[in-house]
Amino acid sequence: MARMVTTRNKVISTAAAWLIGFLIFFPILWMVLASFKTELEAFAIPPSFLFFHWTTENYVTVQERSDYLHHALNSIIIAGGSTLIAMLIAIPAAWSMAFSPTKRTKDVLLWMLSTKMMPPVGVLVPIYLIFRNFGLLDTRSGLIFILCLGNLPIVIWMLFTYFKEIPKDILEAARMDGATIGRELIYVLTPMAVPGLASTLLLNLILAWNEAFWTLNLSTLEAAPLTVFIASYSSPEGLFWAKLSAASTLAIAPILVLGWFSQRQLVRGLTFGAVK
Amino acid sequence: MGQITLQGVQKSFGPVHIIKGADLEITDGSFVVFVGPSGCGKTTLLRLIAGLEDVTGGAILIDGRNVVDVPPAKRGLSMVFQSYALYPHMSVRGNIAFGLKMAGIAKDEINRKVEAAAATLNLTPYLERKPRELSGGQRQRVAIGRAIVREPKAFLFDEPLSNLDAALRVQMRLEVTRLQKQLGTTAIYVTHDQVEAMTMADKIVVLNGGKIEQYGSPLELYEKPNNLFVAGFIGSPKMNFVTGELARQQGAATIGVRPEHLKVERDGQGGWHGTVAVAEHLGSDTFLYVDAAALGTLTARYVGELDLHPGDRVSLIPDPARIHRFDDSGKSIRP
Amino acid sequence: MATQQTQLLARTLLTPAVALLFIWMIVPLALTIYFATLHYNLLDPGSESFVGLENFRYFLTDPAFLASLQNTLVLVGSVLAITIILGVPLALLLDQQVVGLSIVRLMVIAPFFVMPTVSALVWKNLLMHPVSGLFAWIAHLFGLPAIDWFNDAPLFSVILIISWQWLPFATLILLTALQSLDEEQKEAAEMDGASAISTFIYITLPHLARPITVVILIETIFLLTVFAEIFVTTGGGPGLQTTNIAFLIYSQALIQYDVGSASAGGLVAVVLANIVAFFLVRIVGRNLEA
Repeated sequence: MARMVTTRNKVISTAAAWLIGFLIFFPILWMVLASFKTELEAFAIPPSFLFFHWTTENYVTVQERSDYLHHALNSIIIAGGSTLIAMLIAIPAAWSMAFSPTKRTKDVLLWMLSTKMMPPVGVLVPIYLIFRNFGLLDTRSGLIFILCLGNLPIVIWMLFTYFKEIPKDILEAARMDGATIGRELIYVLTPMAVPGLASTLLLNLILAWNEAFWTLNLSTLEAAPLTVFIASYSSPEGLFWAKLSAASTLAIAPILVLGWFSQRQLVRGLTFGAVK
Repeated sequence: MGQITLQGVQKSFGPVHIIKGADLEITDGSFVVFVGPSGCGKTTLLRLIAGLEDVTGGAILIDGRNVVDVPPAKRGLSMVFQSYALYPHMSVRGNIAFGLKMAGIAKDEINRKVEAAAATLNLTPYLERKPRELSGGQRQRVAIGRAIVREPKAFLFDEPLSNLDAALRVQMRLEVTRLQKQLGTTAIYVTHDQVEAMTMADKIVVLNGGKIEQYGSPLELYEKPNNLFVAGFIGSPKMNFVTGELARQQGAATIGVRPEHLKVERDGQGGWHGTVAVAEHLGSDTFLYVDAAALGTLTARYVGELDLHPGDRVSLIPDPARIHRFDDSGKSIRP
Repeated sequence: MATQQTQLLARTLLTPAVALLFIWMIVPLALTIYFATLHYNLLDPGSESFVGLENFRYFLTDPAFLASLQNTLVLVGSVLAITIILGVPLALLLDQQVVGLSIVRLMVIAPFFVMPTVSALVWKNLLMHPVSGLFAWIAHLFGLPAIDWFNDAPLFSVILIISWQWLPFATLILLTALQSLDEEQKEAAEMDGASAISTFIYITLPHLARPITVVILIETIFLLTVFAEIFVTTGGGPGLQTTNIAFLIYSQALIQYDVGSASAGGLVAVVLANIVAFFLVRIVGRNLEA
């Protein structure tokens, strides 16, 4: 039932929405612009918005500094690894709770959720000491492990809500059609679950990529992902705005793209299905 | 072959007894309908036969073999679900072929069978479409196609028509019945709609509160209901029940008369007197809802048009041969 | 589905996840509790001794704790207020007919995907720098003196950055909720003669009550332990002006190496978060029934 909207209202709301959208987006845009300026122009007052000498030298410099690539690779391995492992553990668990629920399923889910609500700073000390004693400080595997556990409740929860939407009837139909559990998984469940699996994967890649508590506290150099690398620009001697902007742009670009793809699933993932 | 026998089948979920011991003999090739109000256990009973639930006690024999420990896939039955449960990511062809593929049948054999089934169900033009591109009636036919293509020992239908609109439901009712007669395969059909039950069934099982109230042909149930529940459930509009003095005069606790067995007379002498509260004129029939003082509201059916209006006085004369009598416990009293 | 065979399989598949999360929850927490009762400093190894509740007394009476508790509450409260007060009208606006809505949506949601260290540095340098930042230049255009944000209003600056990051989250959730509002309900209200404002007050706002609660609870859980933004911009200073509880615990553990006292602080943070989590879990749980 479309409501009648006058053209005037539409023009006003469109203008307002675009203006506010632009303001909110502006810091990111400003950063991207700065990344194409020379260091001198990036500092310049008054600032130049578009009519400056466009250059890609910052990107070249950032790429040439091998440590950028090193940290980018760390980010990919840590975010990717922790997400994949979490998915491997979560898929069977969510499958089991969605399709074979018991009286305790709800409690188990809520308990899992509550582990996510424990503030990481509450367990910083023992985790730090455990990592130190097992030689896990500043290692990729250590960070993969921690981020995997940290995101596991969200992964399970999201997958659960997606699986729950697959009608039980269809799985039973497959069973009546003579499919074994394995074939039921391959031919019926997986194809139907792919959209849900994909958005869970995406959201958790984003969360792991941007995670900035454990990465800052548990890694310094070798295993440091981009969050830590960018943070190193905060020291006074690292004040190269154009290069900082170029490195930052590279660090957030892939995740912005993924995020834009998954924005609709984001709500479900972050509110644990409390808002639909 | 598709002879299905239930012997003392029981099912409980924890302390809740859903099926309290069901005994039933379904002969090969017959069309049996499970009917009852919601929550009576009819769907559970069907799922027990399908193997989608474990029985708590008793035996289910298919062609003489006890199958309670046999997984659903190995029972040789096929099922049509209320939601149709089509595989959304597969084409119509893929949906119908899935069971055959799981059985490891050769490709060209599968194609031949799928196309034959599609032809029977007028689905040939839609074979390459996805379920979401089909209308409700077409989806329904795909679900049926998926069931018949495997040539099962029996079809199980779980309220398959309840999601269709009224006109389509009547049409599919006919198609299902015709198809079943044509194939000669045993069918068990669950519904809460007694009209569906009466029109489709060779035999009806009336279930209530997890117990089988009566098992018999539609006309047996209509003419000789075992008890108050069956009498009230079968027939539309519902049977009128009268208790008190009038019933006692007939030697019963309750007497029942179907609306079509009440003769309507304007200002008549005998019978039960009352005032018309609502008159429904269908052209072919006239339904009268009559306030009959101590007897409560009685329903009467008159074949053809009867020019009566709210407020008119009428008398209703029951056909003495068609009065059903029930004792204190609700059981039928038969002469 | 309810056959015994599948039940057994289901239990087996659930076990690894439950076991891992159980260990993840119980081991560090138990260690934190244990350390909290010790005198334990990494710079002074071998001197560990049981001190009972001494660490708690020390941590809770430390003026730094009170300051950081106050900062935490101000930060959480301000960000919540800003994101909700701006988020509701923004969501309402995006729920209107807007040309190019999908692009506007992308622009609005973008800050949420920016890693905290990047947004903190971009705001700190490119925008809020007292000499070369864009804000200083804008102030100059209007003939106003430039503000040295991180010296004159450090906590407010941090709040501003964090609000920018979380406004998209609030907006997106409220927008999703608005879109699920039954159009016929609004039409019914219109038929009943309700004005646009009454419709908003009596239909839309009650519908938003639950998503707003959810936004408050989830944001609170994350905001209680804001860390990277402070770490990168102010390092908790000047003085203690931007030190929140998370940052205080971090500095006690990894700068002063006082394990005992940091653990006691950690437990305080856990208790605070659990108070919020209690309500959130109840809401989510109720939703699970429906």
